Amino acid sequence: MALPPYMTTTEKVSHYGLRIFVGAVLLFLIAPILAIMPLSFNSETFFSYPMPGFSTKWYFGETGFFTNERWTSALKLSVIVAVAATILATCLGTLAALGLSRSNIPGRAAIMAVLISPMIVPVIISAIGLFFFYAYTGLNGTLIGIILAHTALATPFVVITVTATLMSFDRTLMRAGASLGGAPHTVFFKVVLPLILPGVISGALFAFVTSFDEVIVILFIGGPEQRTLPRQMFSGIRELISPTITAAASVLIVFSTFLLVTVELLRRRGERLRGIRS
Amino acid sequence: MTDDVMRTADGTPLKVKLRQAERREVRRAFLLIAPLFLFIVVSFLIPIVVMLKNAFYDPDIVNNLPQTTELLRQWDGKALPSEEVFAAFAADLKTASKARTVALVGKRLNYEIPTLKSKVTVTARKLDKIEAGPWTEAVISADPIWKDVFTWAVVKRAGSAVTPYYLLSALDLRQGTDGGIERTPEERRIYLQVLGRTLGISLLVTLCTLVLGYPVAFMLATLPQRTASILMIFVLLPFWTSLLVRTTAWTILLQDGGVVAQFLHITGITWISNVLGFMSGEPQLFKTRFATVLAMTHIQLPFTLLPIYSVMKTISPTYMRAAKSLGATPFHAFRTVYVPQTMPGVAAGCLLTFILCLGYFITPALVGGGSDNMIAGFIDTAMNNEGNWGKSSALGFVLLTATLILYYVYNRLIGIDKMKLG
Repeated sequence: MALPPYMTTTEKVSHYGLRIFVGAVLLFLIAPILAIMPLSFNSETFFSYPMPGFSTKWYFGETGFFTNERWTSALKLSVIVAVAATILATCLGTLAALGLSRSNIPGRAAIMAVLISPMIVPVIISAIGLFFFYAYTGLNGTLIGIILAHTALATPFVVITVTATLMSFDRTLMRAGASLGGAPHTVFFKVVLPLILPGVISGALFAFVTSFDEVIVILFIGGPEQRTLPRQMFSGIRELISPTITAAASVLIVFSTFLLVTVELLRRRGERLRGIRS
Repeated sequence: MTDDVMRTADGTPLKVKLRQAERREVRRAFLLIAPLFLFIVVSFLIPIVVMLKNAFYDPDIVNNLPQTTELLRQWDGKALPSEEVFAAFAADLKTASKARTVALVGKRLNYEIPTLKSKVTVTARKLDKIEAGPWTEAVISADPIWKDVFTWAVVKRAGSAVTPYYLLSALDLRQGTDGGIERTPEERRIYLQVLGRTLGISLLVTLCTLVLGYPVAFMLATLPQRTASILMIFVLLPFWTSLLVRTTAWTILLQDGGVVAQFLHITGITWISNVLGFMSGEPQLFKTRFATVLAMTHIQLPFTLLPIYSVMKTISPTYMRAAKSLGATPFHAFRTVYVPQTMPGVAAGCLLTFILCLGYFITPALVGGGSDNMIAGFIDTAMNNEGNWGKSSALGFVLLTATLILYYVYNRLIGIDKMKLG
């Protein structure tokens, strides 16, 4: 990139200085995530470069991520919990966001504060509160308990995302639908939902990630046999680090890349649908 | 109809009809919100309130030493209690022995006078063999600690189910013999230090993310959209990667002789630090404060950066041009025209990062050393290792109060529902 000829030396120095600094910070952000992935293909049990050989045994070997029973059952449980919590959180959250988007609701700020409180309260406090509550109601160590806990933690993300989408939603479209004879639910499914769908899906993805990554609450309320993927990783790091953890981390990184791309595409589509030009 | 009020077909004034329609709208809105609202209140907020109650409420002593607590209420706390109190105490301990609740009594008293747990057990066992008084001598001969007026002051205080004890001790305070509030003895003070450390680490991490994030946000906001979109991936990918995965990455990279140590070796930083005397030999990074701050900064950087970026996107470049055309040097224009406009973003990002840092548990536990445990770690220890619910609730209360105050500020400054998610 050619710099304008009128720039002084100081300006040139700060121009390049800024670029070098920013480059270094971006490298700092991405490097740890990228550095971990090749290590998962190491043929030996240590974590430094250069690697003596290439191997996929941490994925498909005896203790591999996709083949070892501990890891596959953890993955399975995580997926079940996350899917269930996402469905619940998305339904509840979208309904609430629709209600909140109507103007002049008395006490809107207070309601909002309650609805997003699971995001605000430090997770350790939520975990202990839920532990006592579940001990009392007999939900500790049950699948339903974990799903409910994850639903509570995930709904704020759905509420916030869908509320934001609804802010730029043109409400006259709903009236148009109603004036053409559409019953409220018809208007919702034929007019509103298609338009806010990108926002709803983003919210659902946020909810999924929240549940899929959650590690503290499960440590408190999960029974000894209920090992979700994060819990399995956590105990793995605490006890004895095996390279399978790098394999698990790599799989999750690929997965989050996929989610990032999806959310980004959805955001653009949503803005196009609602006629916002950037 | 002679008045000039507008009416609908059935004759009701339009105003009334509108009000009815609006009320119906509001009712419908509430019906939509209700399921989630009830769900959150019942399955989330009430459990937390009930949990926090443990910080003020502990009925173990009043339940298990009922007669003693009743009699001690009249005791003036100056001289040793009367024979009557000792007799009641002996009777209560005998009952507790049968009900196997002596350990509960001992555990609770032990918080205030260490060693009392075993002494209560021993006293109860000895008293079981004694049939008749005088009880004062019997109890004191079981263990001389019962001769101490302070012991009885503690029993009396612990005897009320509503107790400030846990909250006070979370702030390194206690009630003295006379009931006044004093600082706990020096060797038992830890929680103010923990609180200070939590605030200190959070502040340091927030500063680091600001120093690293501000220039990046500036660059991303001013570069052409195409380039910025590509560079944005570097920020968003870590943001979307789970906290545990990033902590795992740092755990592995920071091992002795691991990738970070290799990097420092190859770039010569190890060598330079050795020459300058900052360290000797290869760096020991894992389980240090440095590792905690490094990993937390990495995890929080996008949270600070993104709000700053979205504010910078809205700042028109013409202001800077105007300042420069009026004769300001680029640096001066940047400092006096550009930076003040980014302050809402800086406040939002820094506050969010600071709040999130306060509750960090996993990262300090995994990459930090034993002396880097933050308040959340102590809550966990009190709960799981010591079984001291009162203490964990009291520490939780302190953490939650700090968090809520900061969120209140955040809401005042920025508005909580405007929080940006990615």
